[in-house]
Amino acid sequence: MASRDFHVVPREVPPELQVRVVAGAIAVLVAFALLGTRLWLLQVVHGPEMRSLSENNRIRLVRVPAARGVVYDRHGEILIDNRPAFDVVFVPEDAHDRRRVLRNVAAYLEESESSVHQMLHAPTKRPPYEGIVLRRDLDWRGVVAVETHQLELPGVSVQVGPRRYYPFGPLAGHLLGYVGEVSETELKDAATGYRAGDLVGKASLEKSWDAELRGIPGGQQVEVDALGRRMRVLQEVPDVPGGTLTLTLDRDLQEAAERALGDAAGAIVALDPRNGEILVMVSHPAFDPNVFARGVRPDEWRALVEDRRRPLNNRAVQGQFPPGSTFKIAVATGALEMGAANASTGVSCSGGVQFGNHFFRCWKKGGHGGVNLHRAIVESCDVFFYQVGQRLGVDGIADYARRLGLGVPTGIRLEHEKTGTIPDTQWKRRRFHQPWFAGETLSVAIGQGYVTATPLQMAQMTAVIANGGTRYRPHYVKRIEAPDGTLREEVQPEILGEAHLKKSTLEQVRAGMRDVVMTEAGTGKKARVPGIEVAGKTGTAQAVKLGEDRSGTNRGPNAARDHAWFIAFAPYENPEIAISCIVEHAGEHGGTVAAPIVQQVLAHYFGRNQGPSLPTTQEASLDANTTAMPAAKPRASEPEAALAQADELDHAGAERRLEPPAASPRASDGGSGGIGAAQGAAEPRPSSARAPR
Amino acid sequence: MKFDRRLLTHFEWLLPLLSLAVSTLGVMTVYSATHAPGTEGWSPLAFRQLAWLAGSVAVMLAVLAFDYRRLDRSAYFVYLLVLLAVLAVPILGRIGGGSRRWIRVGPASIQPSEFMKLALVLVLARHFSRTPGARLGLRELVVPLILTALPAAAILAQPDLGTVAVLGVVSVTMLVLGGVQLRWLAAITAPVTVLAPLLWGHLKAYQQRRVLTFLNPDMDPLGAGYHVIQSKIAVGSGLIWGKGFLRGTQNHLNFLPEQHTDFIFSVFAEEWGFVGAIVLMALYFGLVMRGLVVASRARDRFGVLLALGVMAIVFWQVVINVGMTTGSLPVVGIPLPFFSYGGSSLLCLLAGIGLVMNVSMRRFFF
Repeated sequence: MASRDFHVVPREVPPELQVRVVAGAIAVLVAFALLGTRLWLLQVVHGPEMRSLSENNRIRLVRVPAARGVVYDRHGEILIDNRPAFDVVFVPEDAHDRRRVLRNVAAYLEESESSVHQMLHAPTKRPPYEGIVLRRDLDWRGVVAVETHQLELPGVSVQVGPRRYYPFGPLAGHLLGYVGEVSETELKDAATGYRAGDLVGKASLEKSWDAELRGIPGGQQVEVDALGRRMRVLQEVPDVPGGTLTLTLDRDLQEAAERALGDAAGAIVALDPRNGEILVMVSHPAFDPNVFARGVRPDEWRALVEDRRRPLNNRAVQGQFPPGSTFKIAVATGALEMGAANASTGVSCSGGVQFGNHFFRCWKKGGHGGVNLHRAIVESCDVFFYQVGQRLGVDGIADYARRLGLGVPTGIRLEHEKTGTIPDTQWKRRRFHQPWFAGETLSVAIGQGYVTATPLQMAQMTAVIANGGTRYRPHYVKRIEAPDGTLREEVQPEILGEAHLKKSTLEQVRAGMRDVVMTEAGTGKKARVPGIEVAGKTGTAQAVKLGEDRSGTNRGPNAARDHAWFIAFAPYENPEIAISCIVEHAGEHGGTVAAPIVQQVLAHYFGRNQGPSLPTTQEASLDANTTAMPAAKPRASEPEAALAQADELDHAGAERRLEPPAASPRASDGGSGGIGAAQGAAEPRPSSARAPR
Repeated sequence: MKFDRRLLTHFEWLLPLLSLAVSTLGVMTVYSATHAPGTEGWSPLAFRQLAWLAGSVAVMLAVLAFDYRRLDRSAYFVYLLVLLAVLAVPILGRIGGGSRRWIRVGPASIQPSEFMKLALVLVLARHFSRTPGARLGLRELVVPLILTALPAAAILAQPDLGTVAVLGVVSVTMLVLGGVQLRWLAAITAPVTVLAPLLWGHLKAYQQRRVLTFLNPDMDPLGAGYHVIQSKIAVGSGLIWGKGFLRGTQNHLNFLPEQHTDFIFSVFAEEWGFVGAIVLMALYFGLVMRGLVVASRARDRFGVLLALGVMAIVFWQVVINVGMTTGSLPVVGIPLPFFSYGGSSLLCLLAGIGLVMNVSMRRFFF
């Protein structure tokens, strides 16, 4: 062993392997020879050519944005379109004398030099040779001016790109949404696949359906000359336009609804109870999405955001309002289902009810006398629902409210949908760590207290009653098509749940709603459409927080005034449309303010747009009566009597709805013909509210 | 373990010197690629790369401390450990550049798929050190194919096409050198190579794009072509002597998202020209050749295959990366070994060099 030479150690490596190693070495030699040749060709043979291309970054990548999908209404009218727009783009690296170029540009754009300079030093980091947009949406004169002076403006070019265009301006703006340049945070989310400078959906439909609308951007590799002007396109990948959306929205009806609501703040939602298709979604005050399409200026943005009336807020899905007496539909349904009331249940209304040491009023000061369920719906008797609500209990009320779609998301594909609040004992304990007080149930029974709902939820509830108990997902997109017209997706109605209501329950509630509109005693007579049987329910919701200054200086002059509600479906026998309408801080009753608006929408829908055909004498008496109803002013001196609130809840619910015995009448529901004459007719009210709507 | 004097007398100098030379050039070029013109001081990335280099050299020397033959026994254990780490990436990993590849360990982020390259070489070397010397049939092919396919599938899902490609070519290299008959290899690869283009041709353009962008999220159809053009311009514009250190211009245009990793060669070639590029290629060539010499002199089959496998990792990555940056091969995300920014890659490669040194220095032991 010791004598063994190191160099003759026996090896256990087979000779075949040796051969393969040698073969491998030859392969390596060949591969490196090829790489060396390649480098020689590139750096020595074609080197000078490459050097000249490297100067001034002669080959550039230009992204060609994809045209966003077009959006149509249900009848094929264009709601969102694209139009060509001209942007002035400046690549500073292409200009040797930037100051001079900018001075020239400023002159041709008729803008001050300093403002152009400012744009050059935008805070966002810009890769070299990437253009800066000096002016978006240049007019034709500007285009000509810049194009003809190309030689004085090295590095400046006019680029054409599609711009979003909303032909009807603010019409349905809250539903359609708007687009804007992609933000830093959106860029960081790798899943979106966005690139800097992309226009992306920022709100509502444009945002929720961005993936369908966006398309795939194309691009060009271009060779430019020393001034940055394009010489030739080396390679091009065409863009793929986004998909076309056909909505369920009816533009004509939407316009009629927007007109009917007028300048008032509020919302209208109309949907098809047979499938959940949204026909109308109005939220006022509105904004014009075109402002965003051309790039919103900081001052415009600030004005929109700081506006106290919150025009950017889509009240239809984000506004949470106390539903007031429209909520009685849910209470009545629950009461009939649970046996807390039946057709013959009788309650005597003497204008209020004593509970503990508090007196809960009916809106009708003199009382309704003997009231059954039918009459309680038709005339919106509060006392009846105080009694029945107590029997049903808050948990029973909550159960049926949820079955009808309140307090739960409607599932509409829009961002930031609010769910409203349907309180029950569990909720109270979770939220306030307090037990439920029996007195609070009385407030809940008439849709006040903690109860809030969105206009969309109210429309959905109406649709559930109208179609016999089926809750459909509200949707506004009917169909998605590829740009070439081939169908990509047909949106099918989706059932979210069944309320499982007895036939008799539905019949009684529906009959009550019909007579709200169709009888003289009903609170919603103003919603009558000739030739169509309309069913509905009025609501007047108190809007002020307990203890808040009712003069409302913080929230504008009208913050203390009541919200006016009206919900309806029609035709009574085979409902095709369910609708809800709220007029914020109307200061008047659902029956006087909201019902006529709904009437106009329904009249338009049924093609009989000639206005209500009520006898004029009756009209006059209606007005007289409503004028007699006390409004905001007399209550301004008694803040402790204020009731529910629009957004946040306070925990004084138990005290809600209680009032000093001699307080002014509580408005919980709509004034209508033949009633209320006795109610403080002498009390003054602002003359502006006197005008009949 | 008692120290053996023979280790010192047979110390392997060439391999560590060549790889250190390349690594140093790499740190320098990372510095240049991440250096913002007009600023002073080190860029954090170059500094971090230098720190990784120091740590990796320590690991390389540590690898010499034990006999490589002990790895023969623990090869499967190491492989399983790394495979688990690769599988853990989707759960623990963090996203970078559109895919999930990294796991955070203390102050550093590591990329388990880099370690997989070495682990795969280890198990394949062990496997083929126990099979008959040559003319292996289909049966001996099954195990190596499974060993390759498992990590490849996991890494493809990350997705990281480049690493999968390296695993593939390294595995095939090991199969060939390990003694699998070429006709069996052909029998397996032929259907794939024939069917794949056929299937591919049947796909619609947008489907192809979807597959491509899934496999390689950094790539968009136009962007990739653009990157290649810009990379070629950068390399070519270096001419014979280059533009000089920190003087590259293409480099500072941010035309590439990966200029300090996958496209770093274009930065180097622009600044140092044809002469620099050839010197770098010569260093790589010397390194691989020296590795083959070590392999041919190794004492046992495990040692031969281990050295060959490590060299295959280096060789293929150099060829694919330089081929890609010079526009001769399609763009896949593969780093230039020892050179590109990235600690996991550097650590694995230097650990691999340590293994080859180990094989070289223990060739007289038995």
